[in-house]
Amino acid sequence: MSTRISVAKTYKLYVGGKFPRSESGRVYPVTDAAGTFLANAAHASRKDLREAVVAARKAFPGWSSATAYNRGQVLYRVAEVLEGRRDQFTAEVAASEGLSAEQAGARVDTAIDRWVWYAGWTDKIASVLGAANPVAGPYFSFTVPEPTGVVGVLAPQESSLLGLVSVLAPVLATGSTAVVVSSADRPLPAITLSEVLATSDVPGGVANILTGRASELGSWLASHGDVNALDPTGATPDERVHLAQEAAGTVKRVLTVPDAEPDWTTEPDLSRLRRYLEAKTVWHPLGV
Amino acid sequence: MGIFDYAPAPESRAIANLKDHYKPFVDGEFVDGSGEPLKTVNPATEEILAEVGTASASDVDTAVRAARRAYDTVWSKMPGAERAKYLFRIARLIQERSRELAVLESLDNGKSIKESRDSDVPTAAAHFFYHAGWADKLGYAGYGPDPKPLGVAGQVIPWNFPLLMLAWKIAPALATGNTVVLKPAETTPLTALVFADICRQAELPPGVVNILPGAGDIGASIVEHPDVDKIAFTGSTEVGKLIQRTVAGTRKKLTLELGGKAANVVFDDAPLDQAVEGIVNGIFFNQGHVCCAGSRLLVQESVAEEVLDKLRHRVSTLRLGDPLDKNTDIGAINSAEQLAKIHGLVESGDAEGAQRWTSPCPVPDRGFFFAPTVFSEVHQSMRIAREEIFGPVLSVLTFRTPEEAVTKANNTPYGLSAGIWTEKGSRILWMANQLRAGVVWANTFNRFDPAAPFGGYQESGFGREGGRTGLEAYLSV
Repeated sequence: MSTRISVAKTYKLYVGGKFPRSESGRVYPVTDAAGTFLANAAHASRKDLREAVVAARKAFPGWSSATAYNRGQVLYRVAEVLEGRRDQFTAEVAASEGLSAEQAGARVDTAIDRWVWYAGWTDKIASVLGAANPVAGPYFSFTVPEPTGVVGVLAPQESSLLGLVSVLAPVLATGSTAVVVSSADRPLPAITLSEVLATSDVPGGVANILTGRASELGSWLASHGDVNALDPTGATPDERVHLAQEAAGTVKRVLTVPDAEPDWTTEPDLSRLRRYLEAKTVWHPLGV
Repeated sequence: MGIFDYAPAPESRAIANLKDHYKPFVDGEFVDGSGEPLKTVNPATEEILAEVGTASASDVDTAVRAARRAYDTVWSKMPGAERAKYLFRIARLIQERSRELAVLESLDNGKSIKESRDSDVPTAAAHFFYHAGWADKLGYAGYGPDPKPLGVAGQVIPWNFPLLMLAWKIAPALATGNTVVLKPAETTPLTALVFADICRQAELPPGVVNILPGAGDIGASIVEHPDVDKIAFTGSTEVGKLIQRTVAGTRKKLTLELGGKAANVVFDDAPLDQAVEGIVNGIFFNQGHVCCAGSRLLVQESVAEEVLDKLRHRVSTLRLGDPLDKNTDIGAINSAEQLAKIHGLVESGDAEGAQRWTSPCPVPDRGFFFAPTVFSEVHQSMRIAREEIFGPVLSVLTFRTPEEAVTKANNTPYGLSAGIWTEKGSRILWMANQLRAGVVWANTFNRFDPAAPFGGYQESGFGREGGRTGLEAYLSV
């Protein structure tokens, strides 16, 4: 009898469009909800995090100045590629979160639809949040939203794919770039998502995904001088206080998030997009 | 006096209705604060203007309770259309008492009467008019059909625009249905307390606005108070970071309007005479006590000498002296402490090898004054190119290409404002795109309007004041 042995994948980090191992050489075992070994995930270090911030900063000028139409197309393409790997994601989400195939499939569908929703916002957000300012004087004054810069994201711990997509897509839609620390115990859908990002025309460095522990990496992200905003969703409420204090050292924008992980299946609103945008007001004199 | 010199044209100090004593304003009454009274000084003469009662931590608690009660029982329940009428009343009262407020502001702050009269007070009134109109239209602001206020707003403002910063803070807070506990700066409390009287004349319900003079510890008490829902701060980046740290982990919503080191970029095709006027306005407006002041001049190398010559000539015609003289361009530095800080930074410029030029204008013997100063041959690493001086001191750097101008302009942890001078419209828009700053002025500088959002990138803070965007700071969205 010959049973085929499946080819097991070595899961790695996703930094600057490449898939390196952790420079620390560390890995940690990932199990499914029942405790069965699935893989060894790369255990990202502080140095990996810094490399990821460098990559995100390098990618920022190109991504933020891409046309909104182009950004929308790229994000829609992510949804397309994700759809093509629906079965793989369903299996990984089911294993990670202990869901039935049907339940997991529904989460994956919602995650795909979320990419589509955010993809459609890229070329509308400026007209919805921008303004022509009727100032009292001979000036043309207008306000445009602009991306904040490099955003550090501690991804939700429970929802391994839908939660991750719900916090990452708004960052990319605004034109910011991201350094994400995935769910610690459920990291495999995140790494598979990075394979989708790598093959969806998302420029290298725009999204960087690290598998590791928010409790270990969070404070380095919060205090990093070249990170402009922080989403602390994946940290515990206690850790968030410390992260917010660290973030004050560089006047970082810190997202206000609920204590418990929200229900990611509810329809999002503009609030996450708004948090990653600055308003720039430009004044120009009128005259002949 | 030469034939072309100006005769003195002093505004009457009597218009200020200056009193000997001023008191904190809590729950609709002027009360004896239990803090140590402070004496507020005329920085142009070093004379004591008045004694001002200050708050203690227990007064902060009383004020917050009054504000909470007013919020729960009156202000948040009132239809927006009615709130609007109070804001319109306040705007009108500021206009009616504008001369009194302008003179009082110049006495207490040291700023020239020409600026307090033509800029500060009218813009303060405009902020109440603008926000009054929002009070019953918040459903149209883009934050959902029925956005809710936050509750009690604790507000701490600086000394550079005492009345105007008060208006920037209180007008949107009240329009959106919040109540307020505000601390004016230690050195400039007087117009805030006249504003309290205006609230009484407007018959604003007690507790909706509370004004607590005091020093930094009172600001800290407001920031730390557990029953305050929102903190708005304008001031230094150093204090802003401290506040952000304090508020971390609480449910308080925070907006910060902090320091700046704005680049004012002059291209070789700019109308140079007009640009020089803009440079002067950019850095010497309000004695340079402006967070968005154009304190780093970036001039294209090919016109640098010409611009510097014209600039020195123009600056030497600025009149420095009595703030109440209507011919005065540059008034007094607000405090001895600030004057010392300016001296310290200017000395660092000398020590680091920049070329200092100081206007030969006469400087009064008494009072805190600093003659307009221009540093050339400034390098990016020097303290005078990196730190906010908050005084009439300009640092001049040069560049060759637009890309170099962008790189140098963005080479700062701040990001509040920037200026661009060129005749080429496409270059203006390209530069405006590239510059990481919350406000970009093209062929003008230091323009403010309640309809135009104002606020910073990076370490210049977060949140905006003015416009539809500014309402977000006071809404639960």
